[in-house]
Amino acid sequence: MTRKIAFRLLQSLCILLCLTCSFSAPSLAQSGSDPKPLIDALAKADFSETEVLLGKLAATGDTRLVPALEAFNAGDLYFRKADSLVFIGEAAGSSYELIDPLTGASAGQAPKNAVTKIKINNTLRRAIRSALGGLTLLSPDRSVRLQAADALLRSPSPENLDLVETALAKESDAEVKARMEEARAVSLLPSDRSLDEKRAAIQTIKSLGGRNALGILNTVAGTIDPSLKPDLDAAVSAIQSEQQLWDMAQNVWYGLSLGSVLLLAGIGLAITFGVMGIINMAHGEMVMLGAYSTFVVQDVIRDHMPSLFNWSLAIALPVAFLVTGAVGFVIERGIIRFLYGRPLETLLATWGVSLILQQTIRSIFGPTNQEVGNPSWMSGSFPVGGMTITWNRMWIIVFSLTIFFALLALMKKSSYGLSMRAVTQNRRMASSMGIKTPWVDALTFALGSGIAGIAGVALSQIDNVSPNLGQSYIIDSFMVVVFGGVGNLWGTLVGALSLGVLNKFLEPSVGAVLGKILVLVLIILFIQKRPRGLFALKGRAVEA
Amino acid sequence: MNFKAKLGGALLAAVLSTTALHGAFAADDTIKIGVLHSLSGTMAISETTLKDVMLMLVDQQNKKGGVLGKKLEAVVVDPASDWPLFAEKARQLVSQDKVAAVFGCWTSSSRKSVLPVFEELNSILFYPVQYEGEESSRNIFYTGAAPNQQAIPAVDYLAKEEGVKRWVLAGTDYVYPQTTNKILKAYLMSKGVAESDIMINYTPFGHSDWQTIVSDIKKFGSAGKKTAVVSTINGDANVPFYKELGNQGIKAEDIPVVAFSVGEEELAGLDTKPLVGHLAAWNYFQSVDADVNAEFIKEWKTFTKNEKRVTNDPMEAAYIGFNAWVKAVEAAGTTDTDKVLDSIIGVSVPNLSGGTSTVMPNHHITKPVLIGEIQADGQFEIVQETPAVVGDEWSDYLPDSKNLISDWRKPMSCGNFNVASGKCGGKGS
Repeated sequence: MTRKIAFRLLQSLCILLCLTCSFSAPSLAQSGSDPKPLIDALAKADFSETEVLLGKLAATGDTRLVPALEAFNAGDLYFRKADSLVFIGEAAGSSYELIDPLTGASAGQAPKNAVTKIKINNTLRRAIRSALGGLTLLSPDRSVRLQAADALLRSPSPENLDLVETALAKESDAEVKARMEEARAVSLLPSDRSLDEKRAAIQTIKSLGGRNALGILNTVAGTIDPSLKPDLDAAVSAIQSEQQLWDMAQNVWYGLSLGSVLLLAGIGLAITFGVMGIINMAHGEMVMLGAYSTFVVQDVIRDHMPSLFNWSLAIALPVAFLVTGAVGFVIERGIIRFLYGRPLETLLATWGVSLILQQTIRSIFGPTNQEVGNPSWMSGSFPVGGMTITWNRMWIIVFSLTIFFALLALMKKSSYGLSMRAVTQNRRMASSMGIKTPWVDALTFALGSGIAGIAGVALSQIDNVSPNLGQSYIIDSFMVVVFGGVGNLWGTLVGALSLGVLNKFLEPSVGAVLGKILVLVLIILFIQKRPRGLFALKGRAVEA
Repeated sequence: MNFKAKLGGALLAAVLSTTALHGAFAADDTIKIGVLHSLSGTMAISETTLKDVMLMLVDQQNKKGGVLGKKLEAVVVDPASDWPLFAEKARQLVSQDKVAAVFGCWTSSSRKSVLPVFEELNSILFYPVQYEGEESSRNIFYTGAAPNQQAIPAVDYLAKEEGVKRWVLAGTDYVYPQTTNKILKAYLMSKGVAESDIMINYTPFGHSDWQTIVSDIKKFGSAGKKTAVVSTINGDANVPFYKELGNQGIKAEDIPVVAFSVGEEELAGLDTKPLVGHLAAWNYFQSVDADVNAEFIKEWKTFTKNEKRVTNDPMEAAYIGFNAWVKAVEAAGTTDTDKVLDSIIGVSVPNLSGGTSTVMPNHHITKPVLIGEIQADGQFEIVQETPAVVGDEWSDYLPDSKNLISDWRKPMSCGNFNVASGKCGGKGS
């Protein structure tokens, strides 16, 4: 009996001891000696406990934590089910390569079902961003420090203040220093520092400018000391009025960008419809075929030579041109040449062709979207003053203008262009002069289709690649060509860009749905007034 | 003469009835079910998958011995994303092919188009997609989410976990987003959100130029309050929207987007690395950790012979609807519409998230609500799972429908019973 009691006592003593062990571990770590138990505690913590743990991890100031936190942010932190120890995991086939989170030493492999991923959500990502910013603020690498200052700039908190000031005192690089000053200012505003310091901080944020600064100032507007309110309001309105100007510029840019997409979609049609007069309802499907060519090229590159991925679009361009050009050639020789001079039949026949092409693609590739990757030089954005310019939109503007001028040169300067213009202006005369008009027709249609295919390569970067891709562009393309003036390339350029800008100026005030309708109504009214579009062709061809 | 004519008529009737009987005998060894999903046109992208799921489920059921000792036979028709054609095809399935039940439709427009057909011919439709609610038909079972099974829990999650105070409700311009946003706006305002903190934005179908709207969202988000976007953007327009978000550098940590129409299938056409952390609310994700789900995914990949095929929420809704129908038919011992309508209420079948779903008297089902964050591999990580929620057909947050309930059990048998006036009828009758 007594032995039993003694055993019980011993048992509870053991439990007590264990408990104190586990409780004392984090407190030991807080003093800055070993963050390992804190990391291992992540295994069993829920989201809110994890947030507390992250705060403690950041407070250790231990730079060895950086890889572990980065892995956590990327979702690569796992714990082993057997002993609840936390590791960085790298997928290696059907198992994970486990890496010690602090030392970076390998800890062997574990099958996928022996480890569990430590879950993360947006709140934790913010906490990690701020913690990482604090830990890397003193890094010897300049770009890392700059990134750290950026991270702190986006997560204002009075707790960062001491950290930033320590780093500021040691910083020598001017750009990093300026960024850190800004980071200090945003964290200072919600803190309990003196009013003068806060007043200076408001000035710093004001000169930072932009949406982010506006957000920071608005956040503290409710809680700030009343004596600072005039400074704050002045700063907010100064940023706002500057932002308004940039917004205008940004809108013009969006308009040009939309215009360049319209130009891309319409430029092939400017040849098949504009120059040749074929109401080509299958034009959109040529764009779609171009986009699918890009997908196939990227797929082959991914499987066989992943190093070339950044070049995939350049490789896809000629492929798409040849594929769609060939399809266009076959359509012209097989169907359209029998229907010249019968626009209604042409319309129906090409519409049928477009349905056939769509369903063919649907049968081969399936109805779902295909993933076309963005090469790294087409991802992300860069700031110009208060504007954000995305790389993909910029390259598309450049690309569409290049195609336009190349096409213009081909039409105006080459002998092929000459015969093409001769055939469209007076077919019988051209024929009498020895031009093989059927061949010129076939080649011209192939050229128009090929250019639509090239447009598809570019559009695959901003739209989704599905069998329906073409349908969403066919109306826009006709709109551009008719508005610009049938048969005139310059008209297509001016028409596309002005429609783009008009659309983007209507959109903010009336919304995207009504904006689109208004543009269509305006075009209808315009066509009533000028039936031949912006730049009407003059001369005999018009009457023919 | 008179007698002769009568005799002739009786003979004729006898002949007719034997042929009718004969026809019945011929159809006796199989039970036909209709599959009404677009296989061409704009909606093919989403609906083709559901057709495949139905074929797989029929195949599996037949391997288990069919239903009532008979084999099932799926009759597949293609309404080609054309809403009036849906009604025509539905009529053909029910009156010509004599199907016992139909599984189909995706958009609300197509459902509204076939609803009168099913009521007139007294047949059954299982509708597997999340929708705006505000409807309850005697002949339709809604196995997708009603707004309270998707939209409202998602908004609650953002408000509680992310501290969101300012809301952008962005949607495609048609009935589902408009009704959902109306409900959400009423709900948010009932929670004390000011009207100036709600921005509602609509775009046309297939909208591809998102530059202005994304920058408007940024502008709206710089007012010093935590901002989130609630997206009811439909179908193809999502890909360019997310691409623009990624390119303009809107991170989920700053302005999270929660979507109600973006699942694993939609993400398949996207590089999701810049989108990690944006959210979606559904009743099922492929990443659900449950044995029944692992089994389903395996069978799906074998059936489609494609290792890359993903599963999604409407597929689960189709799975639940199909199994509930099978169970109800077996309980009733017949495929007769009226008997099945009686026996199906209260039927519980396993769902793919490891629990069970029950068909309620309002023809909606119970299911848990899952909130997931997009991962770099195109899958979702579940950050919250609620217990099973009963689908609420008439929203409690709209003045028009807050007094309405639906109960198709006898003796009420009413889809829009007004609890204030105590009468059946009113809006949506």
